[in-house]
Amino acid sequence: MNTKHIMKEYDYLKPSGLDEALQILSEKEKVKIYAGGTDLIVKLKMETVPDMDYMMDINGIEELKQVEYTDEGVRIGANRKLWDIETDQRMTSLFPALTDAVKAMAAISVRNLASIGGNFCNASPVADAVGPVMCYGGTLEIASARGVRKVPAKDFFLAPGVTVLEKDEMLTGIFIPTPKGDVGHAFTKMARTKSDIAKLSLCVALARDGGRIGHIAMSMGAVAARPLFLEEISAGLAGKEMSESLAMETGEAVSGFLQPIDDNRTTAVYRKDVTKTMVADALALAWARSGGA
Amino acid sequence: MSEKVKIRLKVNGEDVTYEVDAHMSLMRALREHYVWDVKCGCEVGECGTCTVLLDGQAVKSCLTLAAACDGHEVWTNKGLGYRDPLTARLQEAFVECGSVQCGFCTPGMIVAGAAYLKHGGKADRAAIKNIISGNLCRCTGYVKIVDAIYLVAKEIEEGRLTA
Ligand SMILES: Cc1cc2nc3c(=O)[nH]c(=O)nc-3n(C[C@H](O)[C@H](O)[C@H](O)COP(=O)(O)OP(=O)(O)OC[C@H]3O[C@@H](n4cnc5c(N)ncnc54)[C@H](O)[C@@H]3O)c2cc1C
Ligand code: FES
Ligand code: FES
Repeated sequence: MNTKHIMKEYDYLKPSGLDEALQILSEKEKVKIYAGGTDLIVKLKMETVPDMDYMMDINGIEELKQVEYTDEGVRIGANRKLWDIETDQRMTSLFPALTDAVKAMAAISVRNLASIGGNFCNASPVADAVGPVMCYGGTLEIASARGVRKVPAKDFFLAPGVTVLEKDEMLTGIFIPTPKGDVGHAFTKMARTKSDIAKLSLCVALARDGGRIGHIAMSMGAVAARPLFLEEISAGLAGKEMSESLAMETGEAVSGFLQPIDDNRTTAVYRKDVTKTMVADALALAWARSGGA
Repeated sequence: MSEKVKIRLKVNGEDVTYEVDAHMSLMRALREHYVWDVKCGCEVGECGTCTVLLDGQAVKSCLTLAAACDGHEVWTNKGLGYRDPLTARLQEAFVECGSVQCGFCTPGMIVAGAAYLKHGGKADRAAIKNIISGNLCRCTGYVKIVDAIYLVAKEIEEGRLTA
């Protein structure tokens, strides 16, 4: 048959509060969380989801959908829908790389369903919303019946589809600190068509210190087994005077550092090659946006 | 294991109760209950022909679990066409502009277009292309589909139609 049914059998659970959800996770085995389902349902139809006995729908939990701003930053509930994030004016003005990344994902009819937490927990190396959160120094809030812990976004991913989440834990929120000073950001993505999965994606967030780079963070998607936070190369740029040649050199350095693979979207050679210009361009763009000459 | 789930929802303005398998998509549930204007294409979120309005937002019904729709409101192309003057006009515009060839993408295109117009979308070709970017059409080349949505957006802007 030319149709894709979900063949897996499971029970459907819909807790109405967070405590109830955490209780379910601690008491039951083989529970899968359903947020937007835009990754999970596709995987179920392709039969790539491992054992599951329960589908826990978290859409009845209001607090997971909330967004809250303070002077320190923003806390985004894990199940906040991408559409609510990209249409949030305050989010766009504080974290433009994040809203640009979200707008570059899928189609509106997917973004109305998909959550930011699902993008993280699916743990694909191409997940677009991840890079900006890492570069802005975001922290993930992880809860279980045992308590709450915080993990820097950059330390969340272990391997494709694998995160630091234990089986009784779930992601509840994402905290991103408000950028300070003369900041500039850029998110760029190479894909076949606008809403396609990335062949390459890149995020830069920097704070300018006069003619020099103050703080900078860079990350890339679709170049490694997990979203790649370019910690050392970024650290090496702090304090340097910005110039066209610095941007080009950085592009070369990042490209040299990568060990991408060939896959059905593109080749390793393409990825290494295009990275050079992508990095140089994004650095220049972020610099210009920070008010740098 | 895997009990049936009873869901109450509003489909095209009518209160209905469906009994569905826990693993059934909203698209399958609708089609099993004779809502056949919701088309089944790729079933994995790529083509958009299954697009419906869920609580007023365009979503791909093949990616949505039916069980998760308990208490929610669904509108499809056909229901909107009967009850909603804006969508009825958009359907006519598709005919006028020659936006329908084989017709397979049409229900999803209309729902995506109607959602855009209802949310205040402007007569802006780039924005219209963006909102139908999740809807594939293998026949028309998209230009005439954009034309139709543009035409209705223009009519709203000129006050000849209310969104
Ligand atoms: C047509 C199409 C195009 C797409 N394009 C893109 C794209 O361009 N870029 C991109 O990055 N992604 C893309 N995606 C993937 C997907 O839409 C995103 O990753 C989305 O953010 C997933 O969110 P969700 O809420 O739908 O996750 P779900 O499918 O509900 O969940 C994904 C995984 O995370 C787990 N999970 C969800 N929430 C939690 C939580 N709070 N705690 C613990 N575990 C949790 C689930 O159990 C599941 O394993 C696309 C998908 C489709 C169908
Ligand atoms: S059938 Fe749902 S997107 Fe193709
Ligand atoms: S008219 Fe045939 S797919 Fe669009």
